[in-house]
Amino acid sequence: MLTIGLAHYLTVAAVLFTVGIFGIFLNRKNVIVILMSVELMLLAVNVNLVAFSTHLNDLVGQVFAMFVLTVAAAEAAIGLAILVVYFRNRGTIAVEDINLMKG
Amino acid sequence: MIQGLAFYVFSLVAIAAAVMVISARNPVHSVLFLILVFFSAAALFVLMGAEFLAMILVVVYVGAVAVLFLFVVMMLDINFAELREGFLRYLPVGLLIGIVLLVELVVVVASWKASPDAAKALAAPTPSIQAVPNTHALGKVLYTDYAYLFQASGIILLIAMIGAIVLTLRERAGVKRQVIARQNARRRDQAVAVRKVQTGSSA
Repeated sequence: MLTIGLAHYLTVAAVLFTVGIFGIFLNRKNVIVILMSVELMLLAVNVNLVAFSTHLNDLVGQVFAMFVLTVAAAEAAIGLAILVVYFRNRGTIAVEDINLMKG
Repeated sequence: MIQGLAFYVFSLVAIAAAVMVISARNPVHSVLFLILVFFSAAALFVLMGAEFLAMILVVVYVGAVAVLFLFVVMMLDINFAELREGFLRYLPVGLLIGIVLLVELVVVVASWKASPDAAKALAAPTPSIQAVPNTHALGKVLYTDYAYLFQASGIILLIAMIGAIVLTLRERAGVKRQVIARQNARRRDQAVAVRKVQTGSSA
């Protein structure tokens, strides 16, 4: 029970990922919380990568986790910038109102 | 023993805080719980022996991303209660999909086994932690084998920065700005006019 292996970390990552998906469904209207849920999912992926890196004794997993982190930071910055511009134009951030492109 | 206890404490804190992120009423609280999730994940990274990544997580996520979120949440004047409508309506379907996904992931994790040849196929074997610290080892891999990808991630960050600035920069009407070129282009005849004033005739 108290010896921690790969499966423990993978389980934590799976739960975090599920919570992230759940958050997207739960907060269908609030883009900010959806972005935070995406961050949670990316964090779960990072936990997976580092767990395998430790388990297999291969450093590349950590290198790749760093790249994921970089892209996640860029995504958060761009997403929030789009959000600010959208709020400036429309005065709301409700997801249902985002239909300018008729998608 | 102590490692196992630390793992359970940090992972339980991380999961509980993640649940609070998605269910908190106030988005400011969501951001603060997100910071707690990142801190706990950094502790898990330390337990796994990835110290450098743990510190990067704290610096990048807590120091930059979470503060960015906090800024945006506090800057926008949004009625968050209105955004929470339908919370209970989406709960059952979200719960269903979440449980299905979790069961699938657990089945995959439980039935998964590493190939016996996996130990021979390492791209960059981790050196012993006594010989080379984690940060040095990571640097040796990152700046040699993955130098191009490292540069590419730098370019991604640069593009993200420029994109965010271009998106949020706005020209406001009616704001007086200093235009140096126009100041320098001004000549005497545009700026000064000589008038003849008759003495003694002013009212």
